[in-house]
Amino acid sequence: MTVSEQKKGGDSMTATLDTAAQPEDARSQAGRTRWWTLLLRDRVATAAAVVLLLVVLATTLGQLLIGDLDTKQNLRATNTPPGFGHGWEFVLGSDALGRSVLARLMVAGGTSLSVAVPAVLISLIVGGAWGMWAGYHRGWRENVSMRVADIILSFPSLLLAVVVLYIFSPSAANIVAVLAIARIPVYLRTARAESAELRGRLFVDAARTFGTRSGAVIVRHIAPVVAPTLLTVATVDFCFVMLAESSLSFLGIGIQPPDVSWGLMVAQGRQYLQTAWWTAVFPGLAIVITTVSATLLASWFRLATDPAQRWRLALPRGRRGRRSAPVLPEVTQ
Amino acid sequence: MSSPSSSNAPALEVDGLSVELRTRHGEVRAVDGVGFAVRSGETLALLGESGCGKSMTAQAIVGLLDPVASVTGGSVRLAGTDVLALDRAGRRKLAGPKLSIVFQDALTALNPVQTVGAQLAEPFRIHRKMSRKDALAKAAELMERVGIPDPKARLSAYPHQFSGGMRQRLLIAMAVALDPDVLLADEPTTALDVTVQAQIMELLRELRTERDMAVVLITHDLAVVAEHADHVAVMYAGRVVETGPVQDVFADPRHPYTRGLLASVPAKVGRGEELRSIKGGPPELHAIPAGCAFQARCPMVADVCRTDHPGLAETAPGRAAACHFATKEPAHV
Amino acid sequence: MSEPTTNVIEARGLAKTFHVPKNKDGKDRLRALDGIDLTLGRGETLGLVGESGCGKSTLARLLLMLERPDEGTLRFDGVDPFTLKGKELLAWRRRVQMVFQDPFASLNPRMTAADIIAEPWRTHRDVVPSRQDRRKRVLELLDLVGLRAGDAGRYPQEFSGGQRQRIGIARALALDPEVIVCDEPVSALDLSVQAQVLNLLDELQRELKVSYVFISHDLSVVRHVADRVAVMYLGRIVETGTAEEVFEAPRHPYTAALLSAAPELDVSGARRERILLEGEVPSPLDPPSGCRFRTRCWKAEDTCATTVPESQAGAAHQAACHFPLEPAVSG
Repeated sequence: MTVSEQKKGGDSMTATLDTAAQPEDARSQAGRTRWWTLLLRDRVATAAAVVLLLVVLATTLGQLLIGDLDTKQNLRATNTPPGFGHGWEFVLGSDALGRSVLARLMVAGGTSLSVAVPAVLISLIVGGAWGMWAGYHRGWRENVSMRVADIILSFPSLLLAVVVLYIFSPSAANIVAVLAIARIPVYLRTARAESAELRGRLFVDAARTFGTRSGAVIVRHIAPVVAPTLLTVATVDFCFVMLAESSLSFLGIGIQPPDVSWGLMVAQGRQYLQTAWWTAVFPGLAIVITTVSATLLASWFRLATDPAQRWRLALPRGRRGRRSAPVLPEVTQ
Repeated sequence: MSSPSSSNAPALEVDGLSVELRTRHGEVRAVDGVGFAVRSGETLALLGESGCGKSMTAQAIVGLLDPVASVTGGSVRLAGTDVLALDRAGRRKLAGPKLSIVFQDALTALNPVQTVGAQLAEPFRIHRKMSRKDALAKAAELMERVGIPDPKARLSAYPHQFSGGMRQRLLIAMAVALDPDVLLADEPTTALDVTVQAQIMELLRELRTERDMAVVLITHDLAVVAEHADHVAVMYAGRVVETGPVQDVFADPRHPYTRGLLASVPAKVGRGEELRSIKGGPPELHAIPAGCAFQARCPMVADVCRTDHPGLAETAPGRAAACHFATKEPAHV
Repeated sequence: MSEPTTNVIEARGLAKTFHVPKNKDGKDRLRALDGIDLTLGRGETLGLVGESGCGKSTLARLLLMLERPDEGTLRFDGVDPFTLKGKELLAWRRRVQMVFQDPFASLNPRMTAADIIAEPWRTHRDVVPSRQDRRKRVLELLDLVGLRAGDAGRYPQEFSGGQRQRIGIARALALDPEVIVCDEPVSALDLSVQAQVLNLLDELQRELKVSYVFISHDLSVVRHVADRVAVMYLGRIVETGTAEEVFEAPRHPYTAALLSAAPELDVSGARRERILLEGEVPSPLDPPSGCRFRTRCWKAEDTCATTVPESQAGAAHQAACHFPLEPAVSG
């Protein structure tokens, strides 16, 4: 077998070859290493986890610290540039109404996360489960599911949101529901494709020979393989949902002032981009940093949950190359 | 099995060939000091189980090693010239008219989107600078020679339109197109059914005699070796452990590994009788023990085997084995 | 179930057709199995031999109810498993298990050896109800197939091919089956390891009195393990008999050709007279009329194209051929 074929063969095959050559001690070690030890071994993933933790802390506990700073207007100090000259609350500057950007970021983060996280989770769980079910059973279930997904996808999600939110009130719950429904097809399709492929695997056949019910097969054999992929999709989607929410806010049917979200802050700050760049750039950065951290953590999670790949994380730091480095631990014939 | 022109110098002479692989255990020696020679009109079998380095030896000879592997020593002499010392262009000139290879998997070795006529004509166009028309005529001739019915009409067919056996014939046709002096066949029949395997081996035999080629047959199948090779080099863990004329080696194996392999063949053992197997499995490449690589599985192991690596030593004229006890009669047979 | 029978499995006229995308001749029905009659005695090993595409794997999947036959009946101790439902079906599932060809693909890479072996009990909860007992039984099974207790917590990719196949065998044994269908259990293994696994299967049969349906393309392996052999060609069984009869005195030309084509280890010198078959197995989408082997058979005559040859009913050594080879062993 050549290397290129192996790569085509996908994760499982390469993984197979990799770990076969693993020495006894490293193996048992890798099997027992705790999650946090594995996490600490990957500096990038650790950093991502710390950032996410900070974001969560800032948007929850942080709000308690700032009191009413986020809404307190100070018209004598409008559009203060970032710096340390005006006290800690204006480290990131102030906006056109003289409100602390830092404080507003914290509050807005809470709103953004409370919209994006449930929306992503709902579409992930519903779309993922639906997709795995459709892919496992094939036949009409698959066909109907895929057509439904096509219909949802072919409908511009923003338009859908506009229509729905005009009819119902633009509350946070409705925004979550609309965004979740619009993103379900993404997970549905991914999960269906992987599940349909896994269904043909021999270990699924083996489970069927014991009389295992399809639900149990999906939970035991299909979900653990599909989940990391879906999670990766979800972290990318996280960014999309936050931006979609900001578009809705920009159109006036999303988060309604005086509430504020990162997306809304970007939208509001856009008109001051020439004079007060910080009002738009910092919330934008917050979105990017949060999303990138989530993506990095997801890719770590993907490795850590795969027993065939986990050894990569268990290697001493210095010796470990990047994950994609050409390493071929077993002779391939 | 006569060897018509065995008095002349070897067509291919491999000496001390070593290949190292970059793995996550560091550099690992996959092929270690392999040497053998083949004369025109003769077949040498490189016999070994998966992972023993036989395919990598072939890849090193034809210069098709994976990027993670590199030749670290030895020479490959083709009618006197060391091909390892040549640059790429020099090697390309040899590939085809002097040296060619038949791969195991005919479906991936052929280009799926090109007609077989174009693929077969390519060597003539490149090396002999023939016109398209002449090259296609030559291609049809070749197809006829390797037993593909209705060759003219099938020039414009695509690989997937051929059966497995026919595709293997196409590969052989491509390999012998430019009348190479040396033909390497890497498990040419492993993917085929027995009745087709018999046909392909017969074809290879005819072509060898007809064109006076030297053939290196890489295989794990003892019976194929017994029927189709003149000489055999048995490989284990990257080294040649025994070599000599097939008849002599199989009738009176001197290395305990060869002996174990021969005893593992179920054909001669009746129903219900226990097969003699070699205990355990081959060592991992990164953990080949000091001394003899076979020590852990060897019934004759002694202290010297754990410390000294046995070199390939002559046991009889034309025969050699890498065992400290090659000349001793085995106790258990 | 009422009358005692020596046969565990009796199949009559099993047929299975798959619908496939149309080929260029407009054929879209692949007749994978056609009129398969088969019996498996208790404690017996039945070897199923044939080249790729002959339907042997489909037959295995039918025996395990992974596929449903279009025609014919399958009786397992006199009961048709396809009529079973619920608890009865689950109880039947226990009695037939499978060992798969590819020890790499048949084990879930995300489960440990212990989880894999214990998986059947998650469906059949009453077999080994308590947790401690499961743990104990897993260790017993590991020991039975020649693995160590310390292997329980390791993942499949940490094992070699032979060891993985042992895990697959342990999983098949977890429900104490009466019949194990082995689908090319050693063809992915190296020769020296293959012998270990064959020996293990043999030991297990003697100890546990299981019956095997042993599918393989490797004649030497089948000859070693099988009591009786059925040779398949393009979805039909062309010859059945005891292993000795079939291998020593084949009556169907295809069997003879197959035996002759297999290379032999004999290095004594003289090359054997070999029956070299012309061409390859025809496509099952468009099988020849009459006898399916006639397009490659050197004995074929006009009648072979028109009449399907029948096996001699009742005979122990049967060949579905109009012109069976001599010396004929009269049944």
